[in-house]
Amino acid sequence: MMHPMRRTLTTVWEWLDDRIGLAAFQAIAKKKEVPVHRHTLWYYLGGMTLFLFIVQLGTGALLLIYYRPSAEEAYESIQFLMAEVQFGWLIRSIHHWAANLMILALFLHMFSVLLLKAFWKPRELTWISGFFLFGLSLTFGFTGYLLPWNELAYFATRVGTQIIAVVPVVGETMLRVLRGGDDVTGATLTRFYAIHVALLPATALVMLGLHLFLVQRHGMSVPPSVEDAGGPKRVMPFFPNFLLRDLVGWLTALAILAALAAYLPAELGAKADPFASAPAGIKPEWYFMFMFQSLKYLPAHILWFEGEVVGILAFAAGGVYLLLIPFIDRHTGREHTRLFTWITIGIIAFIIVLTYLGYTANPTA
Amino acid sequence: MIRRVDWSGLLVAVVIAVPSGALRAQAAADSAAPDMCASCHASLPMERLAGPVTLFADDIHAHQGFGCVDCHGGDPTAPGFASMDPRRGFVGRPVGRQVLQVCGRCHSDAGFMRQYNPGLRVDQVVEYSSSVHGQRLMGQGDTAVATCVSCHPAHQIRPPSDSRSSVAPENVATTCGACHADTVRMQPYGIPTNQLERYQESAHWEALSALGDRSAPTCNDCHGNHGAAPPGVGWVGNVCGQCHSVMADYFATSRHAQVFTAMGIPGCAACHGNHAIARTNDTLLGVGDGAVCVRCHVAGAGGGLVAASMRQAIDSLHASFMLADSLLQTAEQAGMEVSQPQFDLENAQTALLQARTAVHTFVHDSVQRHVDEGLEVTASAITRGHGALDDLRFRRVGLGVSTGVIVLLIGSLVLRIWQLERAS
Repeated sequence: MMHPMRRTLTTVWEWLDDRIGLAAFQAIAKKKEVPVHRHTLWYYLGGMTLFLFIVQLGTGALLLIYYRPSAEEAYESIQFLMAEVQFGWLIRSIHHWAANLMILALFLHMFSVLLLKAFWKPRELTWISGFFLFGLSLTFGFTGYLLPWNELAYFATRVGTQIIAVVPVVGETMLRVLRGGDDVTGATLTRFYAIHVALLPATALVMLGLHLFLVQRHGMSVPPSVEDAGGPKRVMPFFPNFLLRDLVGWLTALAILAALAAYLPAELGAKADPFASAPAGIKPEWYFMFMFQSLKYLPAHILWFEGEVVGILAFAAGGVYLLLIPFIDRHTGREHTRLFTWITIGIIAFIIVLTYLGYTANPTA
Repeated sequence: MIRRVDWSGLLVAVVIAVPSGALRAQAAADSAAPDMCASCHASLPMERLAGPVTLFADDIHAHQGFGCVDCHGGDPTAPGFASMDPRRGFVGRPVGRQVLQVCGRCHSDAGFMRQYNPGLRVDQVVEYSSSVHGQRLMGQGDTAVATCVSCHPAHQIRPPSDSRSSVAPENVATTCGACHADTVRMQPYGIPTNQLERYQESAHWEALSALGDRSAPTCNDCHGNHGAAPPGVGWVGNVCGQCHSVMADYFATSRHAQVFTAMGIPGCAACHGNHAIARTNDTLLGVGDGAVCVRCHVAGAGGGLVAASMRQAIDSLHASFMLADSLLQTAEQAGMEVSQPQFDLENAQTALLQARTAVHTFVHDSVQRHVDEGLEVTASAITRGHGALDDLRFRRVGLGVSTGVIVLLIGSLVLRIWQLERAS
């Protein structure tokens, strides 16, 4: 005798299966397996990033209810949200902290994939789609930072957008297009808003769909060191074993987000005043800090070029290197060079050291 | 009696009557001629005679194209001592009234001065004649008093906007003090010499010197510059009222204004002093320690009661403001968004300022009106502050509950995973 609740669920399942073919999804879920070895922990980072992205979509949609995208009202609408709207502070603070945690998870995910060679054939496109998602996330962060229209965001955006002007030939035009004028104004705010809430989510969802499809198609990559040692000793079913473990991680992230929102709610600061002088200590978000700090150390001129131009071009070259790494560091057999692993370790060390210096070095020294 | 004839009117008339057009033509001619004065004096071994050449190079008159002969007369094109022949207009070093004639020849000519500085006043000589300095020089022939060059040292005259100038706001006190703090020089006049010392203890000097506020008052702002004189008892309020206009207006219509005038007490200075005007605070008001009201009033009666009630009203607003400010700051430091109530609280600060200003009416109700306005604002801010702190507690409790739920869920998931792994 079936339990009435179970009978109801079965009826609902059958109804849905007749119409959208749930059994096919069930078959895929049952078939999907996750290798178990000493590097399995890194597999959870992609799911963690996805979870935080979903949190961003949810909280971002709620923020849209109160946010007003104009230089006259943006700051006041956030102020109202933080002080007057029930749980407005919680939604904004979670959006703020989840953005930071998502980019942190994304950095870890990207570098774990790099070190574990998960971009090797046949996962080149998975890597490229992931790299674009990384770029989109940084753009999410850059455009979202300006939206509260506060003093720090205003001046940091002024400095940040100015960097694009160093691009040879088209830099000045690109700067004006990005800002919607010669300077950061209300026009910049509205276009950053449009990019942040419409263009980026739409592009990111398409790219994410492709990325997840490719992950599903090729399955989990097994690191070369594990393969060299005879392959993984065992596997675990994705559903429910791996998914339940994912859930543990997501719930932990949720608890961390709640604590951060309660104890370190997102700050608002003073309203942006384009006519005021720039406040001391303008710094970009932490994930741009290594680039910001590197540019500071460059001399005014390197050979016949401006130091800043060389720096920007070097970062652009670094981005192209990472994008094309599956075609540069190819898997050609059992023997593989460790050169690219060391380059990756060098990049990680560079980012950590420059970020550390960005927060500790005396800016006037 | 002859010695007491007032020559000032005559001098003013002479100064104004002498046309400066000739000087203009002379200046143009001189600029083309070789300047023998500078070339000879620069090579002289006596600092007294050679020094002016070096100093004058940075004088505002040199910058405007004037030369030695414009003040000293003579002929710069003639060689040697011939250039300093009185027949060639040489006047040498002007002293006493001569200084006024030399300076006033240009500075009293509006048409001439307009070419160089249209905004500059041209009544300095007239004003000077009304000053104690001018009265003594022209009325009594006292050549020890200050003339133009005492404050604007010859050959190194700079505009007041130049911080090196002797009449730049930050230097005026020491310029006046060069004579007025000199006990020997002031002995014949029988006036005190501690003004500079006392002024340098004042809030005005602190604002000028420490805070760099060049609009803060110095000697000439109260005493006048060219027409320098000590303010009379009846018009001290007008002097202070140049800046403290609201207080002066309140005071002028108060009972104290009439009584002070009748008693010969100098308005503002009676409570605030003159040169050593200290930064005010609420302790000046009332009947307690440091209160100035008890110098005339008896505590517990009449004016003493009014003073005490005004003080109590201001204290109540101040205490309420401090409480509201503290609550909002605590909430802000805890990350709560309280910028709007903090902004609103500035109105209470304004009301407190207005109440303190209204003390100069010496009427309790005038003070209480502003205190009531301020208390309304602080009451609202205190409610908002308590609300923010309550909200903060709610967040912390909410965090505890949600963390508990999440931990329970994680525990149950771990248990389920363990069961699954065990079954497989």
